[in-house]
Amino acid sequence: MVDFQLLSLMTFLPLAGVLFIMTLRGDGPNVARNAKYAALYTSLIVMVLGAYMLNHFDGSTADYQFVEKFKWFPSLGISYHMGVDGISVFFVALSAFLTPICILASWDSIQKRVKEYMAAFLILEMFMIGTFCALDTILFYVFFEGVLIPMFLIIGIWGGPRRVYSAFKFFLYTLLGSVLMLVALLWIYFHGGTDIPEIVKAGGIAYKAQFWLFLAFFASFAVKMPMWPVHTWLPDAHVEAPTAGSVILAGVLLKMGGYGFLRFSVPMFPEAAHFFAPYIFGLSIIAIVYTSLIALVQEDMKKLIAYSSVAHMGFVTLGIFTLNAQGVQGAMFQMISHGLISGALFLCVGVVYDRLHTREIGRYGGIVKNMPIYATMFMLFMLGSVGLPGTSGFVGEFLVLLGGFQVSTTVGLLATSGIVLGATYMLMLYRRVIFGPQTNADAAEMLDLTWKEKINFVPLALLVLWLGVSPGVVINKTQASVDKLIGDYQTALAQTETSHE
Amino acid sequence: MELIAVFAPLAGFLIAFLFGKQIGDKGAQFVTCTGLVMAAACSCALFYQVVLGHDPRTIALAPWIAVGTFNVQWALRVDQLTAIMMCVINIVSACVHIYSVGYMSHDANKARFMSYLSLFTFAMLMLVTADNLLQLFFGWEGVGLASYLLIGFWNYKPSANAAAVKAFVVNRVGDFGLALGIMAAFMIFGTVQFDGIFAQVADKAADTFNFLGYDVNAVTLVCLLLFVGACGKSAQLGLHTWLPDAMEGPTPVSALIHAATMVTAGVFLVSRMSPLFEYSADARAIVCFVGATTAFVAATIGLTQFDIKRVIAYSTMSQLGYMFFALGVSAYSAAMFHLMTHAFFKALLFLGAGSVIHAMSGEQDMRKMGGIWKLIPTTYVLMWIGSLALAGIPFFAGYYSKDLILEAAFASGSGIGRYAFAMGIAAALMTAFYSWRLIIMTFHGNTRADKEVIDHVHESPFVMLLPLFVLATGAVLAGAVFMHSFGTDHAEFLGESLKVLPENDTVLKAHHVEEWVKLAPLVAGILGIGFAYIVYMFRIGMAASIVRCFKPLHTLFYNKWFFDEIYHAVFVQTAYKLGRIFFKVGDKAIIDGLGPDGISATSKSFGGLLSRFQSGYMFHYAFVMMIGLIGLVSWFVYRLNFGS
Repeated sequence: MVDFQLLSLMTFLPLAGVLFIMTLRGDGPNVARNAKYAALYTSLIVMVLGAYMLNHFDGSTADYQFVEKFKWFPSLGISYHMGVDGISVFFVALSAFLTPICILASWDSIQKRVKEYMAAFLILEMFMIGTFCALDTILFYVFFEGVLIPMFLIIGIWGGPRRVYSAFKFFLYTLLGSVLMLVALLWIYFHGGTDIPEIVKAGGIAYKAQFWLFLAFFASFAVKMPMWPVHTWLPDAHVEAPTAGSVILAGVLLKMGGYGFLRFSVPMFPEAAHFFAPYIFGLSIIAIVYTSLIALVQEDMKKLIAYSSVAHMGFVTLGIFTLNAQGVQGAMFQMISHGLISGALFLCVGVVYDRLHTREIGRYGGIVKNMPIYATMFMLFMLGSVGLPGTSGFVGEFLVLLGGFQVSTTVGLLATSGIVLGATYMLMLYRRVIFGPQTNADAAEMLDLTWKEKINFVPLALLVLWLGVSPGVVINKTQASVDKLIGDYQTALAQTETSHE
Repeated sequence: MELIAVFAPLAGFLIAFLFGKQIGDKGAQFVTCTGLVMAAACSCALFYQVVLGHDPRTIALAPWIAVGTFNVQWALRVDQLTAIMMCVINIVSACVHIYSVGYMSHDANKARFMSYLSLFTFAMLMLVTADNLLQLFFGWEGVGLASYLLIGFWNYKPSANAAAVKAFVVNRVGDFGLALGIMAAFMIFGTVQFDGIFAQVADKAADTFNFLGYDVNAVTLVCLLLFVGACGKSAQLGLHTWLPDAMEGPTPVSALIHAATMVTAGVFLVSRMSPLFEYSADARAIVCFVGATTAFVAATIGLTQFDIKRVIAYSTMSQLGYMFFALGVSAYSAAMFHLMTHAFFKALLFLGAGSVIHAMSGEQDMRKMGGIWKLIPTTYVLMWIGSLALAGIPFFAGYYSKDLILEAAFASGSGIGRYAFAMGIAAALMTAFYSWRLIIMTFHGNTRADKEVIDHVHESPFVMLLPLFVLATGAVLAGAVFMHSFGTDHAEFLGESLKVLPENDTVLKAHHVEEWVKLAPLVAGILGIGFAYIVYMFRIGMAASIVRCFKPLHTLFYNKWFFDEIYHAVFVQTAYKLGRIFFKVGDKAIIDGLGPDGISATSKSFGGLLSRFQSGYMFHYAFVMMIGLIGLVSWFVYRLNFGS
């Protein structure tokens, strides 16, 4: 077992990086370079720690590991309680893995306020890792909401022309959800305390209160996912955000909604989850079909991928609320895989955006000729997004569909139609950008990937393939926790049934 | 040995794809061809051990997905059915690899082309060696990917890209059915392992399963969903529209993927699942009907096309129809027999056509050919051999397998079997007709090509002709050699890999049909050939007057029964229209209009805030937010704790 405060170290190490960056004076290119290196090294250390954590994580138990617990506000009963189980451990790792990639992706494309940008990213990393580690509701809330601030800044300052509109839209939506969640958290505080494992161990929240609390949490997590119809902030946020912002937004921030469902909604409000599941299936299926059709008609590369994210998250919500082994595990897997694939796809957009400064699909075409390596990478991630067997995208998608089909063949059938639509819009995007005659002279002159970009893409590509061929590396570590989640849920339902008889 | 047979093509792909630049075109060609020749040799050895030695085996490789009771692993299952498929795949693929060295000699991306061919072969081998439905699905989609890459190989051509996307998407529609079939199989049988499923079929034959609110027979449901997948991959009527367009790819691709191997994956799937289909007469009837109709419709379209490759493509579709109606009357071994002979003679025809196109400087329109048989005599003879086999002329391979199928269909005695027989005879007549129409238009008469093209006509190099000789040998001999193995002795030859209930064994019954049934296909074939000679050689003007006589019918056939147009209007345009409506009305007008934009429009202060926002102020606002957040939390905590 690890006998030092690993999770706190991972969470707050970025803060040290921020402090260092803040001590740098001036605006010269040297300062910018030092800030970049400081951020890169900090995040790389966190990544190594993340790998260490994964390596030492014991997948045979559903217990929380690397636990740290101190009294924080003893008079209020609030404690500083950190720990990871199979449900959170890969999200922590994902955050730690994507941050250095983001910093590297911003290396040359961010020119103004570099110092602040790097600091914002490190703060973001701190909040993200904290969110997935926190085991105290108040602590969770602070991290969960904290994420908003650096993200708001990243979109609002380093974003595109309509950045202010998008930043506010993003902020308004998410804040609205969280206010309701805060109220619910306070209610729970008075009726069960703040310690998540203890609340869950006590069998969740009293039956009568569950429904309203579920809805309050749902408001927050549904916006984060985002689920239809509260998804419209996402395309705007993606379009205006800088490349790295999009990567982290799609890669990690969206998963906070799914994580919330698994950490709060299902274990704390099992009866409500059972009650609302059919409605969530409905919303998920609408998300899959509706947003896939919208993705089909987009002219903006980032918007298209943003809408595809909404569709993919539809699979996640569907999987979670099937509440059977395949569905939940599939949703978990889909979130991790989507974190890698969509992150990579936004990096792909970033590559050509850096060269031509447009995201309009029609301005490209035929670039396989001058950028063959880029075309290959893009192809791989496109296929992952389409869910081709052999990539990680397939495993999650198929397990979710299998879970959904067991709950209802109609749900399974409708959701499965997403694989046809998904293939259509991604292949059309790829065809229009990469293939065809070279009609735009400036697009035809773009240079292929630089070594920095290759360093970014290769690990992602290898992971996508590795997880596709042997998904056991993830599933074996998450299985025990997922089984416990489902087991607890079924026990709770069974108890309610007997108490009603 | 099994490992070499399957993974040598993968190794070839990886080396040629990743290091194509370093090892050069020659290196890539050498690596991939060597891989395939090795794989082909191993497959033949496996054929000897597994089929002739009656020693089927399964080799477990590694775990794949294990969640709850859903547990699948990577494995190589080599039984008689697989061994036959592996031989066909690897031999044809090796021929095509070697042929491509010559055919693609003027192309700039040789390494990439060779690597894709090897990737395809690997995926196809994974498909046939699967011991569970999910690995089969892996190979299934993998061959789809390779097909997509190869159809769109000349990616600067918009038509090639369109065809590639179309092929992938239409196949995905089929895969949609296949995926649902896999899920249904898992729910009904609790496993997707073949052996696990087959062991339970007899017990569950009468079970019902609630699908979309209807109680249907469980086995029939699984069969039909899997069959949807088979229709997509094997271009059966309804999901066939991608196949003719796929001819945009280089000709070796058409030969390997769109004639000999990938399109037969559906036939393989149904054969593999024969223990399931045996327990569902309804599913078999539908398979039979679809197959017979496809055979007929495709043949009618083939009569009228002018693109040499498209004619052969429609004939492929038609022959696949034969295989399917054979499956539908439980004549699985007959279907596999035809699959094998067809692989040889159709690959031969395609590569022969490629040789013609190569000679004609890329021309594919038969109206611009003619009179070249003296210039490329070897190709001419090879095309004759392929066509004779296709038309079912005695002692060539197609004769035995096609006759067996038609006799089995007749022998099944059912109404649907008689329908299939009638359609099959009609299609046989048309097949012979358009095959000779092709030969006469391409090779005989006065040339209609430009003088410049004609001056360049040359026989193909040896590296292209050698594989043709191998295939021609197969097209001549495969029928006579294996006629008993797939016919009367099929139970012994194929062992447990195919299952036929004794009362359904139409292949055995086929032996006892009346004499006229046995003669009918041959008569149809000869009539078709004779008719073609009359129309295109002796009475040159006759074709035009026939077209004039049957104008509406010709329009229907020439436009491929308007499938593309109908699909475009019904599905493609609707999808785009819906997408636009959802985007403009759903997202922008309703959700955003009522949501954030509506709020901001009604709230002046918010608008004021927005206008004053400059990036310099952003930090201030973030700071205020953070303070606000902390303040909010502390206030609540304080109040609730001490206020009460």
